Amino acid sequence: MAASSERSPPPFPDSEEPELLEDSDEGADAFTGTSISEMDSLSPDTTGPPKDIFNEPPEDIFSDPLSEINSEPQKNVKIPSPGSDEAVDLFSDPLDDEADVISSPEVQNPVPDLLKEPVEAPKSDVISEPPSDLSSKPVHKNAIDPPKGAKTAVSAELFDDDDDEEEDLFNEPLKGVTKKPQPSAVSGPPVNVFTEVKSEVKVKPQVKDDPTDLFAEEAVTAPATKPSASSSSRTNGVHSEEQDIFSEATVELSLDSPRNDRKKDAVKPSVSAPAASVASSSSKPPSKTLEELEEEESEDKFDLNISVTNPEKVGDGMNAYMAYKVSTQTSLTMFRSKTFTVRRRFSDFLGLYEKLSEKHSQNGYIIPPPPEKSILGMTKVKVGKEDPSSAEFVERRRAALERYLQRVVSHPSLLQDPDVREFLEKEELPRAVGTQALSGAGFLKMLNKATDAVSKMTIKMNEQDVWFDEKIQDVENEEQQLRKLHVMVESLVNHRKELSGNTAVFAKSVAMLGSSEDNTALSRALSQLAEVEDRIEQLHQDQAANDFFTFSELLADYIRLLGAVRGCFDQRMKAWQRWQDAENMLQKKREAEAKLLWANKPDKLQQAKDEITEWEAKVTQFERDFERISATVQKDVIRFDKEKARDFKRQIIKYLESLLHSQQQLIKYWEAFLPEAKAIA
Amino acid sequence: MEGSSAEAALSVSANSIRITDLTQDGDVLTFAITSQKLNGSAGVCVFRTYEDFDWLQQSLFSQENVPGLQGIIFPPLPPKALPSQLNMQTKAFKQLGFLALGQDWQSYCKALEFYLQQVATHPTLCKCKALDGFLINSESPGKQRGRKGIFNRLSQAVEEMRKESHKDVDNFFQNERNRNTSIAALSKVATEKLLDVVMTEQKLALACGHFSTSLHLCVNQDDADAVAFSKVCLKLSDIIEAVKRNYEKVANNNLTTLGLGLDLESRYQEAEKEMLFRRTCKLVELETVKKGTEKAKANKREVMEAFQKAVEKEFNLTSSVAKQEIERFHSSRVNVLKNFLIDWCEQQLNTAKECAELYSQHLEACRNMYSE
Repeated sequence: MAASSERSPPPFPDSEEPELLEDSDEGADAFTGTSISEMDSLSPDTTGPPKDIFNEPPEDIFSDPLSEINSEPQKNVKIPSPGSDEAVDLFSDPLDDEADVISSPEVQNPVPDLLKEPVEAPKSDVISEPPSDLSSKPVHKNAIDPPKGAKTAVSAELFDDDDDEEEDLFNEPLKGVTKKPQPSAVSGPPVNVFTEVKSEVKVKPQVKDDPTDLFAEEAVTAPATKPSASSSSRTNGVHSEEQDIFSEATVELSLDSPRNDRKKDAVKPSVSAPAASVASSSSKPPSKTLEELEEEESEDKFDLNISVTNPEKVGDGMNAYMAYKVSTQTSLTMFRSKTFTVRRRFSDFLGLYEKLSEKHSQNGYIIPPPPEKSILGMTKVKVGKEDPSSAEFVERRRAALERYLQRVVSHPSLLQDPDVREFLEKEELPRAVGTQALSGAGFLKMLNKATDAVSKMTIKMNEQDVWFDEKIQDVENEEQQLRKLHVMVESLVNHRKELSGNTAVFAKSVAMLGSSEDNTALSRALSQLAEVEDRIEQLHQDQAANDFFTFSELLADYIRLLGAVRGCFDQRMKAWQRWQDAENMLQKKREAEAKLLWANKPDKLQQAKDEITEWEAKVTQFERDFERISATVQKDVIRFDKEKARDFKRQIIKYLESLLHSQQQLIKYWEAFLPEAKAIA
Repeated sequence: MEGSSAEAALSVSANSIRITDLTQDGDVLTFAITSQKLNGSAGVCVFRTYEDFDWLQQSLFSQENVPGLQGIIFPPLPPKALPSQLNMQTKAFKQLGFLALGQDWQSYCKALEFYLQQVATHPTLCKCKALDGFLINSESPGKQRGRKGIFNRLSQAVEEMRKESHKDVDNFFQNERNRNTSIAALSKVATEKLLDVVMTEQKLALACGHFSTSLHLCVNQDDADAVAFSKVCLKLSDIIEAVKRNYEKVANNNLTTLGLGLDLESRYQEAEKEMLFRRTCKLVELETVKKGTEKAKANKREVMEAFQKAVEKEFNLTSSVAKQEIERFHSSRVNVLKNFLIDWCEQQLNTAKECAELYSQHLEACRNMYSE
């Protein structure tokens, strides 16, 4: 599902053919599965935002379901398209009568007219009528499609209704449209066993509402179009995308603003039902613009708290390991309960990363890297000395693991991975293998990395995409800068530690001075001073730890994350390379064919032609793969950038709070000491 | 005559003595010393080098017709500063400690100023003609300074080792000597440790400065996210800058108050030690004379006894002056330390408050940025 979600299903089935072939079963899956879960997620939202936008229309009752249509038709259009052949067939039938309208770009012209001069619409011109058709029909049809996919019998019946309506629409554009669908809505549910269908059927009248509004009252069209205008100006991507999908401009008119709503809806339910969010996101077209991606990202919020606590040594000697308690707190329905706790060891975390990167890195996802293995630190822990450095090591690792997990689950796609869920939920996990730093697998991994590095150097990609060109450069620069900053912070931390040490020594010597002082008041003041200095030393120490945990670790994390980002770019480059190789191969085959033609060897010609078609298919597929991975990488990098800014902000606030706190402590200490100093006689 | 000399001795008010300016010419530091005339509001400004200060100190040491001069605790003159030397950083720190820190020799000037004030307020030393000349005459005082300094100190060190453990006849002095030895050592250590703290604070401030500057390099205006991140970086840079300034201030506070105070304390303890040592020398001399007198033959006995009496009288005089001096020293040193401590505490408190205020402003700004 995740894979299909990232495909780029073009708006219309006919352009989709190559992919349909290989995707048919997957698509069918998505078809039945997603459409239902979608309805799940959307039905509770029917009373939501649409009311605000559409409360002007007289038919208030119908304004609710509007949001649903908006979402439904789109998805339905999209789902069948990458889906089964059957879906295409289903489509082609109802589309027949309007096929010309869809393909002809002129239809788009009346729409702006409608928008600007709604006065024309009520006149029921020949031009304005077809749009009404279009807007109602495709949407209507689409709304019905999914149940059809699930139950053909029902769909057949619904389709009859459909045809009726179409006639109705042609005959009496105003009343017939609003009334007819309702009967069909009534007839629909009984046949469909799904309860969800109810909501879907409700959709239908609503679709017709809009067109009628358009024709009947300018007042109604105005509110409907206004939001759409604003939304399209805000997110151009939505607008253009809409046109792609529905190339019928009329639908866009009525759906544009709802589409915007739907987006919010789709994101909101993702909080409560992430499964639905995936379904909806999977149906989202990949032809998103940056703005849209950004907007989408900003609305992502996960109600998922993961904490790693209670590091505990298990076993003795060199076989000992640290086990951590991984507690999850969530309201996401994808998990079995709201809170659960499992025990995991470090290698499990590494194993999770291995699994994720194996599955997802070729898709172009940024997979958060886990903390590095530290043989030295772990050996110290294993030997079992209770010294502060090993305690610090364990705490540091614990915090790093926690951040790692949080990063994993905050990735919308990785959260959906069954391995992640298993890692968080399942009581017993099979022992992760091959994560040992010195094992044979580790060696193999190193070897692989080395060959990767070599092949990376040999690939010379001439970057066409400006965005990527700049971003790759940026990431490299950033990594360097972060490394520099990391060094700075390290030295800062060291200085702080030194300061804390020096303060401690000073406190001691002041205490000594105080103890051998004759003047009692002065002696007292000095010993008080020693105490103050002792406390200040503690403050410095805390601050050093703070500097370390907030900045040093943050920077180290991001240096590793930037490595992962570069990994994504590399994956993209590999995909490009594959595509280019296929292109070259195709070129060769063509040349061979030409030679054969020249040599006049018809017996081999057929084989050559077959090969050409085979390679042509491959080229298209690889190109598509490359485009898909580019889109994913771009999306993920944008997400990463956002996350990064947010993360840094959060850390800075945390840091400032700690600074402020220690300053306030300091004020307290000094205030307490001042009277002592004044009391010296 | 003595009374008239006291009148004539110091024609400026001791508390008005200030070192207002400093000029550096190669290796020579010239200090501008201003003071206020006692009779009338006219101010006096003279220019003196370290050699002049040294001359003054020697003049104080070698005063004639001052009874019990050996019992006086001479205000300690800071060691000579050699600004232009390349290895000044390491060597000067060893010698000068705190006094080498601070911008433009500020703390060194402060220490010299304090020295002059101490001399001028000293009941006996203020009568010295050399001091008045030093403060008023526009020409540099005579060049006849003795170069016995180093040799003196060396022989003194050897003798000190020998006589350090000499048992005192007076319990008061014995106690004072014990106390002085321990305090002198401890205050020296404390001064050094505080110096370490200050140095670390300065290093920390420097590191903060580097950090803050490198944060500026992360600024990127490519797209909205980069701008957001850049904003965060700049904010952090501001914050680190604030942290840096805080450390600079704290270090400076430490330097100008407690640092100088502890430095002065430790040098004064040394001065007291020297005085006590001089007295011990006298004591040893007296004891040798006594022994000599006992062993002396009858014909020389008279002379010896007379000599013994003279020595004893001198010793007693020195002891009584020393006793007064010690008492005076104790009260004044507690006072001085108190003032430094209060100053220090107040300054640190102010800095902490300012800083806390600044931090909370930054925090506010950050939170607002967060909600944007």
